[in-house]
Amino acid sequence: MFGKRNSLYGPVDPAPETGYVDAPARKGFFTDTSICIGCKACEVACKEWNDVPGEGFDQLGLSYDNTGSLNANSWRHVAFIEQPRKAAEEKAPPVELGMPALRPDGVGATDVGGAGGSDGAEAMDFRWLMSSDVCKHCTHAACLDVCPTGSLFRTEFGTVVVQDDICNGCGYCVPACPFGVIERRKGPQGSKNVGIAQKCTLCYDRLTVGETPSCAKACPTESIQFGDVEELRERAQRRVEDLHGRGVMDARLYGNDPDDGVGGTGAFFLLLDEPEVYGFPPDPVVTTADLPRMFNRATTAGVALLAGAVAAFVGSRR
Amino acid sequence: MAEAHPVGFQWVMEAKSRGAKVIHVDPRFTRTSAHADTFVPLRVGTDIAFLGGVINYVLQNELDFREYVVAYTNAPTIVSEQFRDTDDLDGLFSGFDPETRTYETASWQYDSQENDGAQREDHEMQRETASALQHETHGLSIDSEVRRDETLQHPNCVYQVLKRHFARYTPEMVALTCGVSEEDFLEVCKAWTENSGRERTTALVYSVGWTQHSVGVQYIRTGAILQLLLGNLGRPGGGIMALRGHASIQGSTDIPTLFNILPGYLPMPNAEQHTTLQEWVDAVRHPGAKGFWANAGAYGVNLLKAYWGDAATSENDFCFDYVPKITGDHGTYRTVLDMIDGKVKGYFLLGQNPAVGSAHGRAQRLGMANLDWLVVRDLFEIESATFWKNSPEVETGEIVPEECRTEVFLMPAASHVEKEGTFTQTQRVLQWREKAVEPPGDCRSELWFFYHLGRMVRERLAASTEEKDRPIQDLAWDYPVHGEHDEPSADAVLREINGYEIATGRPLSLFTEMKDDGSTLGGCWIYTGVYKDGVNQAARRKSRHEQDYVAAEWGWAWPANRRILYNRASADPDGKPWSDRKAYIWWDPDAGESGEWTGQDVPDFERTKPPSYRPPEGADGVAGIAGDDPFIMQGDGKGSLYVPQGLIDGPLPTHYEPVESPFRNPLYGQQANPTRKEYERDENRMNPSPPEEHSEVFPYVFTTSRLTEHHTAGGMSRYVEHLAELQPEMFVEVSPALAAQVGLEHNGWCHVVTARSAVEGRVHITDRLRPLRVEGRTVHQVWLPYHWGSGGIVTGDSANDLFGISLDPNVLIQESKVGTCDVRPGRRPRGQAMRDLVADHSARAGVASGAYPLVVTTGPGAASGGKSDGDPTPDPSSGETT
Amino acid sequence: MSSDRTGQGSIHDRPGPRGRGAERSMVPPAEFTSYYGHNVVKPSPWEHDIPAYLFAGGVAAGSSLLAAGASLTGRPALRRTGRLGALVAFSFSMVALVHDLGRPMRFLHMLRTVKLTSPMSVGTWILSVYGPFAALAALAEVAGLVPAGATQGRLRWAFRLLDRFGGPAGVVAGVTAPSVAAYTAVLLSDTATPSWHSAYRELPFVFCGSAAAASGGLGMIGAPVTQAGPARRFALGGALVELVMERRMERSMGLTAEPLHDGHAGRLMKAAQSLTVLGGVGTLLAGRSRSVAVVSGVALMAGSACTRFGIFEAGQRSAKDPKYTVVPQRERIAREGPTRYPDHPVGGP
Ligand SMILES: Nc1nc2c(c(=O)[nH]1)N[C@H]1C(S)=C(S)[C@@H](COP(=O)(O)OP(=O)(O)OC[C@H]3O[C@@H](n4cnc5c(=O)[nH]c(N)nc54)[C@H](O)[C@@H]3O)O[C@H]1N2
Ligand SMILES: Nc1nc2c(c(=O)[nH]1)N[C@H]1C(S)=C(S)[C@@H](COP(=O)(O)OP(=O)(O)OC[C@H]3O[C@@H](n4cnc5c(=O)[nH]c(N)nc54)[C@H](O)[C@@H]3O)O[C@H]1N2
Ligand code: SF4
Ligand code: SF4
Ligand code: SF4
Ligand code: SF4
Ligand code: SF4
Ligand SMILES: [Mo]
Repeated sequence: MFGKRNSLYGPVDPAPETGYVDAPARKGFFTDTSICIGCKACEVACKEWNDVPGEGFDQLGLSYDNTGSLNANSWRHVAFIEQPRKAAEEKAPPVELGMPALRPDGVGATDVGGAGGSDGAEAMDFRWLMSSDVCKHCTHAACLDVCPTGSLFRTEFGTVVVQDDICNGCGYCVPACPFGVIERRKGPQGSKNVGIAQKCTLCYDRLTVGETPSCAKACPTESIQFGDVEELRERAQRRVEDLHGRGVMDARLYGNDPDDGVGGTGAFFLLLDEPEVYGFPPDPVVTTADLPRMFNRATTAGVALLAGAVAAFVGSRR
Repeated sequence: MAEAHPVGFQWVMEAKSRGAKVIHVDPRFTRTSAHADTFVPLRVGTDIAFLGGVINYVLQNELDFREYVVAYTNAPTIVSEQFRDTDDLDGLFSGFDPETRTYETASWQYDSQENDGAQREDHEMQRETASALQHETHGLSIDSEVRRDETLQHPNCVYQVLKRHFARYTPEMVALTCGVSEEDFLEVCKAWTENSGRERTTALVYSVGWTQHSVGVQYIRTGAILQLLLGNLGRPGGGIMALRGHASIQGSTDIPTLFNILPGYLPMPNAEQHTTLQEWVDAVRHPGAKGFWANAGAYGVNLLKAYWGDAATSENDFCFDYVPKITGDHGTYRTVLDMIDGKVKGYFLLGQNPAVGSAHGRAQRLGMANLDWLVVRDLFEIESATFWKNSPEVETGEIVPEECRTEVFLMPAASHVEKEGTFTQTQRVLQWREKAVEPPGDCRSELWFFYHLGRMVRERLAASTEEKDRPIQDLAWDYPVHGEHDEPSADAVLREINGYEIATGRPLSLFTEMKDDGSTLGGCWIYTGVYKDGVNQAARRKSRHEQDYVAAEWGWAWPANRRILYNRASADPDGKPWSDRKAYIWWDPDAGESGEWTGQDVPDFERTKPPSYRPPEGADGVAGIAGDDPFIMQGDGKGSLYVPQGLIDGPLPTHYEPVESPFRNPLYGQQANPTRKEYERDENRMNPSPPEEHSEVFPYVFTTSRLTEHHTAGGMSRYVEHLAELQPEMFVEVSPALAAQVGLEHNGWCHVVTARSAVEGRVHITDRLRPLRVEGRTVHQVWLPYHWGSGGIVTGDSANDLFGISLDPNVLIQESKVGTCDVRPGRRPRGQAMRDLVADHSARAGVASGAYPLVVTTGPGAASGGKSDGDPTPDPSSGETT
Repeated sequence: MSSDRTGQGSIHDRPGPRGRGAERSMVPPAEFTSYYGHNVVKPSPWEHDIPAYLFAGGVAAGSSLLAAGASLTGRPALRRTGRLGALVAFSFSMVALVHDLGRPMRFLHMLRTVKLTSPMSVGTWILSVYGPFAALAALAEVAGLVPAGATQGRLRWAFRLLDRFGGPAGVVAGVTAPSVAAYTAVLLSDTATPSWHSAYRELPFVFCGSAAAASGGLGMIGAPVTQAGPARRFALGGALVELVMERRMERSMGLTAEPLHDGHAGRLMKAAQSLTVLGGVGTLLAGRSRSVAVVSGVALMAGSACTRFGIFEAGQRSAKDPKYTVVPQRERIAREGPTRYPDHPVGGP
């Protein structure tokens, strides 16, 4: 019923798998968060190129992140994570510092021991992680699998794109995505495509004319590297090895493995901490990998229902 | 750098990936720190102490690049016996005049040159006209051979003076003053020295965290001393990189929009001292001095020819009389205070938003509200055009929209993508920009505006017979125009700037072709060559992947497309590279007829002058430069570790506390820069600092700077949706400890108070700010971005309202990086209650009654020093409630 | 919640990058990290139309089954209730479904394609087969209600046609009905919504049981006790299946069962349970009293509705809390290592 097992799960090259003949090499991103400087040029470049409306003017108080998440109106999202100290060293009980209460007289400088230097011993153990997130363009894209209209489609570049004029806004792709990427546009009023599912197109319009996606083009540090997925995977491997060689043992790749639960992502990452720290699922699996089993169970249940109905009538008198 | 120069920061990231170690010294942890190998937090305003400590470390351990230092710097030069250092005078140098708070500099001169100084220098006037630095730019004026001791043993040689001067800056002192741990400090010392010398170089990058101080220029001097000692100047991978601001802010100092200089760093003539062309030229070239400023006459004449064309002849001093002369302080802050005093009638604001961007926002707005007319040319209707209806002063009743007398003309401007022309970037590279789109509606370029304004004024005055209109009538004011709106040709302007031979129209290819006889003209001598061979060199865009790392074919760098200045220093005195790794420019004895300088860059030296060249007795100008004098713009050809001339606050950098500081200067009795420029006025009260009383009313130190997401006064970001949403609200960063102390809640509100004003913002509690221990006490630093104002899509209070006006004496830059403040939870009061809050704080701090902080706190005059010798008259128009 | 070193309100007071997640839970408090406590997956944008649709779809499906059985075994009143109930419920569900589309005008785009990987597409086709037959059967039922004299007009042919095909149409509707009832379980579980996906094994049974209970309940309300016997048995069986399978489902769901107990969803699930038990017990007595039958029928229908709303809500909540995404995946990694082809993880999202 679902063709070979491969088509829902496992390593494949998505464009040929979809039926493209002579498809160009699969395109994607390697986002090396270890060199992201959090400038958000990618966010802005994406919005400008793709005419994505503003998301609102809320001060979120999440470090320098006032975008909050990937969503219909933010197809790139730069995460900012302030890590005052390593989790392992987290001190359990809150320590009373013995700061004299100074209000209301307001004398700020307090006498403490020592002449100069940073206040507090843990001073330097601090990291500020930045990472630009985007649609993963999964090899097995749940959003695409579950889309009932065919609005979401696989391009010849192996990417996953919404066709605004086909999408009926059923919203099914939204909960299907294991990365929480795609979303139906709610507003603002008057902007285009309200009610339609929206996400990164990997700049399909630019790819078709041989241009680099807007976000990658704008990225000053080449934290966002665009190219052939195969080549990028090798580059990422080299980069992580290089970092390990320099003692950055936290470095790890995410989404690069074609054997993983989504068949590898077209946009993958080098991270410096666990995926969930950045808001990624630690071990995503495309939901449709279980679909055959789901339908089997449903069929059984349906048959049982039918049987139950028959039983309710059979042998009964009034 | 990552925050404000993200595109430039890619090269730091690239260097890092190739193994460079990155150190970031900053009061707070920023996006730059996030990528630095080492981050060193320090107390804002103490970098001279920090760098002084590194210098001391270098000198005490003899880690300087000795060959370089002896050959290329003034380390061996003997300083006058009369010189007395800050060690002897508790923070002052010899020659201090408490009356004017300036120095008489004879004792600072090199040995045997003491008596030339007095004539040359009138520091009081130079402070007024921001002209002292011209002497540094234009080279030291040194008349005869100076005495040198190449063993560096003479007790009065610069090296020994330096060593004594910085001996106080021990690691303990650095820790005590800067709040930097000794460990961190020593790590920086080690990294810097280990990565300097023959085989390695270290680059120093700074920007306005260093400049916007009452000792800003001396910050940079300290950096320069260190880089010279370590042999990091004129060499690849070394240098001092000033990260400039706006896209062409470098261009706007080269071809300036400043009151004190003319194009190519020629000084703005002064009505008293420069009454003739010759006097003016001599003030630049210092007859008898060595170096390339000797040709200043040609540069000046070519500029005058560019201004007045055929009307400028050798008979009439090339119309030198037409050049406006300055008579004193015409700086932006003086001008704004004059506006408040009703002395200014009209004002042009082009691409500037002082209502938000300049220190003491309230004074700025009150000043502008007291003009007859104001022309604002901008992309948006910025606060400087709307202050009369939506400024905080409207809220407090100090400006009444119905009564505000200023007539504002808002003219829409074309943005950089809507017009062609050049940008001069931070590294002196000119890049030509094509017009991408037509400007919408009535938006026009600056070129269009000024050309047509000039044309119309000239038409009005065409029939005038008045002498005062002659400069305008005689202007060479004809540029080809094109298009529907008669847009002047930017290309023609660039050609004029480049310069050409008048008879043939042939573009000049180098400034050495400029003549002082009126046969050539050129608008800016350092730009000569940008149109070399009739080709717009600035428009070159060859990819860096198609050329070597110098990328000489990307744009065009002034002067002469030279990428590293003073690059003769990349070779040893004999002209050989210091090392193979660092080979850049060297002497090739086999090239040309009898040897030539060659290498990767354009040599910053006469191409055929051999290393062995020694000037004949009495030679001056270019001929006076020896074959091993790399610093060819300096009067002695040497890099200046010590500057006998050119700086108002002293020949050596000294740690002074910021004007507002909760700490007593731990190094000297003199608290803050005694020569700084102050405007002692009622609306410009300063928070008290020790030794004054009540500094505890403003117990915290605050600093302001930029966010990547916004641009300066916000005109270009707060008014644009896709940028405004990235940082939608004004906020104040505090450490968890300060938040605990004051009772602040993350993402709640707080307000910050100074003697000038109070501003509110959302609280951002972060470990990126950490309290430091200074002089045995904990100091809390508060950080504010300065991008917000009352206009635009996202609005908020402006951090600049917190600052008063105190200026560096050399260049009149405002101290907008450091002040003291109080921090309180909740939103600030509104209306009159807000002024009351400020008045209350001022009263408690004892500054309400017109008192002004001590400027001189040591030595002669400390007692009388400065206290309210300014202008104590309360200004009626300012609406102060004292 | 965690508090920082200073013990003061600060950024660390909120579920931060290193915040702790578990508030109330059945399993030992799970330590996990997240991005400021933000959800990893997105909750569906669906509103209450969708659980209403699930409920109505179940009622329609079960009713069609009962109607077909009634038609074959000669129980006209039960048949009428079933057919009309199916049509009303089906129409209601279609309105709810269309209403929930972001672009309702584009409903027909679903018929552009047949997509087996999309339960919604499959469901659309199931409904487009089932719908017309159920409607036909219902129309025939309505036609049967028209006084004989009125069926002789110009539309006489239509009445005849309905009379002739009403029966077979009802049977076709009945045969396709189970898929209508069952596919909605796949619709929910084929998502990354933790509490839906991890329920995929049992959810079809819960939904089918719920459909039987609700439609049986409707039959008990609409048909006299004399004809409603099959409806009672159907309802009782359904209620039992629903209760038992829901239990099993919760057990196999692990941590993601938690939202079924907490908050609004928890209250709905409790209500569902009580109502279903009540209705189920009622069916045992409903053979004797019409009023007991009506009360029980209403209880069963309400119970079924609560089940749908409860499961829907629980899923939405599980999607909004990163705990339900992160912890099960972390547990799986701890158990089996990260998912790698060809080993297929069993269970969780
Ligand atoms: N995104 C963006 N880019 C910009 C601008 C912008 O507004 N936004 N503005 C442009 C302009 S006009 C300019 S001039 C440049 C300025 O570029 P920068 O100078 O880099 O900008 P700032 O952020 O003002 O200041 C830099 C740093 O100096 C630190 N600092 C403050 N006081 C001290 C001190 O006493 N010592 C030390 N060591 N550090 C201190 C601040 O904490 C801050 O992190 O940026 C340009 N680029
Ligand atoms: N507290 C504090 N104050 C500071 C600083 C600080 O670090 N701290 N930094 C200082 C520094 S370095 C600077 S440079 C200033 C900047 O302060 P300002 O120069 O006053 O502020 P900008 O917002 O850069 O103003 C530039 C204006 O030019 C407009 N504009 C852009 N392009 C064009 C054009 O082509 N033509 C015309 N006519 N207009 C155009 C923009 O819309 C904008 O409104 O702020 C200074 N003030
Ligand atoms: S990340 Fe989500 S939206 Fe993007 S392709 Fe994968 S499933 Fe689809
Ligand atoms: S919302 Fe649009 S893109 Fe998403 S599943 Fe529905 S039809 Fe497809
Ligand atoms: S690839 Fe294009 S659509 Fe996707 S995030 Fe980048 S700029 Fe936006
Ligand atoms: S543009 Fe590049 S460096 Fe800047 S935030 Fe995006 S990924 Fe990071
Ligand atoms: S705004 Fe312009 S000058 Fe500033 S970093 Fe970006 S490209 Fe460079
Ligand atoms: Mo600037």
